[in-house]
Amino acid sequence: MRRKRRSDWLGYLYLLPAVIFFTAFVVVPAVQTFWYSFWDWNGLTDAVWAGVSNFGRMVTEPLLSGAVIHSVVLLVFFAVLPVILGLLVTMLLGYRGRRGMTVYRTAFFLPQVVALVAIGVIWRWMYSTSGPLEQVLRAIGLHGPQEGWLGNFDTALPAVGLIGTWLLYGVCVTLFLSGAQKIDPDLYNAASVDGAGQFRQFLAVTMPGLRREIALAMTITGIAALASFDLVYTATNGGPGNETTVPGLLVYRLGFTNGRVGAASAVAVGLTLIMAVYVLIINKVSSNGDEE
Amino acid sequence: MKGSTKASIASHVVLLAMMLVTLFPLVAALFAAMKEPGSPVMGLQWPDRWSLDTFMYAWDKAGFSDLMMSSLIVILFVVPIAMICALMAGYALGTLKLRFGKPIYLFLILGLTLPIELMIIPLYHDFSQVGLLNSYQGVILAEIGLFMPFGTFWMTAHFASLPSSLIEAAQLDGASRRVILWRVLLPGARPSMTTLGVLYFIWSWNQFLLPLVLITSPGKRTAPAGLGSFAGEYTLDVPGLSAATLLTMLPPLVVYLFFQRHFISGMLHGAIKG
Repeated sequence: MRRKRRSDWLGYLYLLPAVIFFTAFVVVPAVQTFWYSFWDWNGLTDAVWAGVSNFGRMVTEPLLSGAVIHSVVLLVFFAVLPVILGLLVTMLLGYRGRRGMTVYRTAFFLPQVVALVAIGVIWRWMYSTSGPLEQVLRAIGLHGPQEGWLGNFDTALPAVGLIGTWLLYGVCVTLFLSGAQKIDPDLYNAASVDGAGQFRQFLAVTMPGLRREIALAMTITGIAALASFDLVYTATNGGPGNETTVPGLLVYRLGFTNGRVGAASAVAVGLTLIMAVYVLIINKVSSNGDEE
Repeated sequence: MKGSTKASIASHVVLLAMMLVTLFPLVAALFAAMKEPGSPVMGLQWPDRWSLDTFMYAWDKAGFSDLMMSSLIVILFVVPIAMICALMAGYALGTLKLRFGKPIYLFLILGLTLPIELMIIPLYHDFSQVGLLNSYQGVILAEIGLFMPFGTFWMTAHFASLPSSLIEAAQLDGASRRVILWRVLLPGARPSMTTLGVLYFIWSWNQFLLPLVLITSPGKRTAPAGLGSFAGEYTLDVPGLSAATLLTMLPPLVVYLFFQRHFISGMLHGAIKG
């Protein structure tokens, strides 16, 4: 008995480094941010208790509520569009094994290893009036906004969103194509005996078979959309005006340049909650069929 | 037979087109970087010369000698330390039947969906109080903490998938826990550890907000943070900017091309860009 307890205690030593690093540099600061969010503090002088007013501002102050709305719009471009595109391609190409996927896969995942800051810099030029996009448009007798796609109040946010679509559709295509190969071919045969056409087969067999992959794709892409600080920082820095601000950008701006640490902390807490709720919903929806 | 060949060609055309769309911005940037620094670039242009001049120019102007060195120092500490911590935690949680193993696992996994934005403000203020601001140590410690949830998740999954007979046999031979981990289990953990190392390298290299906030002197910045400020100063120099961007991308890209199987399998098993 004594021996058992002693060795149990020793087993925890293996966990100690991970737990210490995680607690000291993730959990403690996270709790501190939560605490800061109840104060008005400029980062230097004494803080003043603010209650929940910083959270109230996330609804009432257009700068803060705007950032939350923008991140929901980006969610459509980063998560919904790539998943739909991926499913369309999967439907188009069918479910059978495909040789030579390796090269495509290598290319599709390539943007994932590039720093988002670098991607932002490249696309800033891509969208500018001297960029390749304008070149293509001119060739067919059209032209984009005079101030560039990222400088125009109406096009800036969708333009940032499309960077996300570009960034993530390849991952979705790869995930779904490899997932579709694992679906039992007999299911398709059975469906076609029942008289189901190509489209019905896709809905009845492929989609349910890809449930896990769709959930994973929505998680990866959704988190990328909500954590888009790096990309927005270099692509637009929130502009023009505040058209493309995202929560991450406000945490940085309010917390480190505007001296509004409490408000910045509230935005950080809000962002975390949105992320947690999003991941929970995806998990819930994707595991719904499991109990059946 | 003929129909299926046609379908196969059609699907290759679709995939090829998508691949070109993915690679297009990177290729356009590469072509732009072939032009003289500061010269105007109108869209995608086939280079009239192949030269590294602009890369050398960008290297000097953005101070890449310092930037690359800083990034390397950070990675040299973060990757091995985080890997060892994750290995040990995964071993304990995946094979030892600890009474409080489950809650500790859940506690660590909780961190998987916490954005760095949630930690950055207190990290800045705490570090400035203990003198860790503007030091590599600060960035290193914070990144290791940030990387623990995924590493624990990853290595626990690896060790939990091992047959228990393997460990029991070693125990019967009288091997201690230390020997079991480092001599018996480590060789088999190599593929999982490699994937973890590759992901850690790429995440650490690309980490932006942490060094942007925690490192204030330009000479100590990491490559992406340096690129961020270079991009703010040289907004109109498309060739120079493209070259700097490609230089920043290069190290993780090389690692990716060597270990792409590991990286992709990591992503497909739930690794979320850190």
